[in-house]
Amino acid sequence: MVGILEDKDRIFTNLYGFHDWGLEAAKKRGCWNATRDMLKMGGPWIIDQIKNSGLRGRGGAGFGTGLKWSFMPKEVKDRPHYLVVNADESEPGTCKDREIMRHDPHLLIEGCLIASFAMKAHVCYIYIRGEYVREREVLEEAIKQAYAAKLIGKNNIHGWDFDCYVHHGAGAYICGEETALLESLEGKKGQPRLKPPFPAGSGVYGCPTTVNNVESIAVVGTILRRGAQWFAGFGRPNNTGTKLFCVSGHVNLPCNVEETMSIPFRQLIEDHCGGVRGGWGNLKAVIPGGSSVRMIPAEACEDLPMDFDSLSALKSGLGTAAVIVMDKSTDLIKAIARLSYFYKHESCGQCTPCREGTGWMWRVMERMASGEAEMSEIDTLLDVTTQVEGHTICALGDAAAWPIQGLFRHFRHEVEDRITAYRTGKPHVQGHTLEAAE
Amino acid sequence: MSVRRLSKTQPKSFAFSKATMKTAEWWIAKYPADRKQSAVIPILWLVQKQEGWVCEPAIRAIAELLEMPVIRVLEVVTFYTMFMLEPVGKTALIQICGTTPCMLRGSEALMAVCKDKIGAKDHLSADGKFTWQEVECLGACCNAPMAQINDYYYEDLTPFELGRIIDDFAAGKKPTPGSYDLRRSSEPKDKVQTLLDPKLYDGSLAKKIKLPNTEPVG
Repeated sequence: MVGILEDKDRIFTNLYGFHDWGLEAAKKRGCWNATRDMLKMGGPWIIDQIKNSGLRGRGGAGFGTGLKWSFMPKEVKDRPHYLVVNADESEPGTCKDREIMRHDPHLLIEGCLIASFAMKAHVCYIYIRGEYVREREVLEEAIKQAYAAKLIGKNNIHGWDFDCYVHHGAGAYICGEETALLESLEGKKGQPRLKPPFPAGSGVYGCPTTVNNVESIAVVGTILRRGAQWFAGFGRPNNTGTKLFCVSGHVNLPCNVEETMSIPFRQLIEDHCGGVRGGWGNLKAVIPGGSSVRMIPAEACEDLPMDFDSLSALKSGLGTAAVIVMDKSTDLIKAIARLSYFYKHESCGQCTPCREGTGWMWRVMERMASGEAEMSEIDTLLDVTTQVEGHTICALGDAAAWPIQGLFRHFRHEVEDRITAYRTGKPHVQGHTLEAAE
Repeated sequence: MSVRRLSKTQPKSFAFSKATMKTAEWWIAKYPADRKQSAVIPILWLVQKQEGWVCEPAIRAIAELLEMPVIRVLEVVTFYTMFMLEPVGKTALIQICGTTPCMLRGSEALMAVCKDKIGAKDHLSADGKFTWQEVECLGACCNAPMAQINDYYYEDLTPFELGRIIDDFAAGKKPTPGSYDLRRSSEPKDKVQTLLDPKLYDGSLAKKIKLPNTEPVG
């Protein structure tokens, strides 16, 4: 057997799109089975089950999904409740929600209904990134099928009036941040809001709102069908369940795969992805959770359980479980400089430390990549990263600082060597400058 | 952030086509009646599909349609990078993903092909047919390197394949989107070892079940 998870325990049974995504085929795979019974058990039961399953948000932060739902007001007062699904998948390395939306859209729609019911919301918006045109077409079509089959909509067979709408963005990474997403949904620039008030108190249109990642919502139906203890049985305590891993970069077979949480890194790569290009010994470093987390060197990877707690113990993070593998041929400084450009490009411009800092860090990183920097600038750069980190409204400032910190934490010597090598090639003799002065 | 400004040359007028207007109304109906502004991004996108880019008269028309100040539409159109503020290639707008996961797998070579065949980045080609850009992560990292051409994704590209795709567009053909490495989607190529259990697909999962944890405790 490959990996740890068995086929019978997979939630995303059409992950690769080998089967039909349509309603009938999805039902045959178990989707929409017993949904009505779940709703009959009531909202508090659903929230309790999700809490017991240990499901932590799959969008990066890893906050308990059941707990988040319980923050919503218990009763609907003057303002309606909303569920907003974050399908603005833009974190470099991440491509899991895309597969859910184009190959298993009914799991997502079913999850939207269940989650909305549990939080007493009658309307759900799915905010999908603008570039996912094909995925949006499939999702719209799937929602149409669900309406036609009276699974959702007014007077549906589940007895909870529910409208599900797709909204799309237009190419802004920052809209993956939940309050920026809400701004964007309201038709504004995607600039994050100050918290508090949190969305559960005042979200979209000033109404109580919960924002969840696509994967967090899409697994809900199956968790309730199979039982919270089934889901909680995978992985280590506090890091439970199954998870979609997106493995990209220097592996022989880059792919998406559903595995149990806490699968050892080496097993994940060797069982599912054909191993590191050039063999395990050729591994140099890994960015384990999407570009925003700090990289870890090969030595730390061997028995590393891929989960929230073990990666944060290494000062990295599981993030979205987007594993970017880099082999020994990689120019790490250039790879991180490219990420710095990404953050410079995607900063929304609202907070000064991020707007100015991301550009500054990128320019210095470019010079480090060519070697054209001063040795003392390394510490200045690290100092600046700590001045950006934690001093902005949202986490984009942190996300821009961490990759750079990760590089210097483990590969500072490479940058120093490059600066030295660059200087070795330059004439530094006194006579040279004197000659020029004359 | 990226600094984006409106084009210096602008058409005198803009009108919604019937089809655009119909879809625009469908979008507006998705939001509460007093929250029309929510539809601004989808409608800007429709206008871009109609005209190829977003011009200044269109921005005014959208502001009027959604009963919002023009400056708010202008803010949105300059903030979101998918809106083209000047005319782009009529045949193909090629957007190469250049972020690290794609860079690790050779996006720089793809950009070299574009430069060679089309010309400078972000410029309309001499014949008005092509524009190419480097964009940030498009979220198809398991199929890197890749490009978005017009609306769809072309994945697992090699410089040779991309060259052929550009030639096909130039010849008036419509190359099929998707993987160019014989993959269905993001599965491990030729070595799918998961999701093979026939029980997942024979309908046994659709049989009536009794939900677990539904018995009263105690």
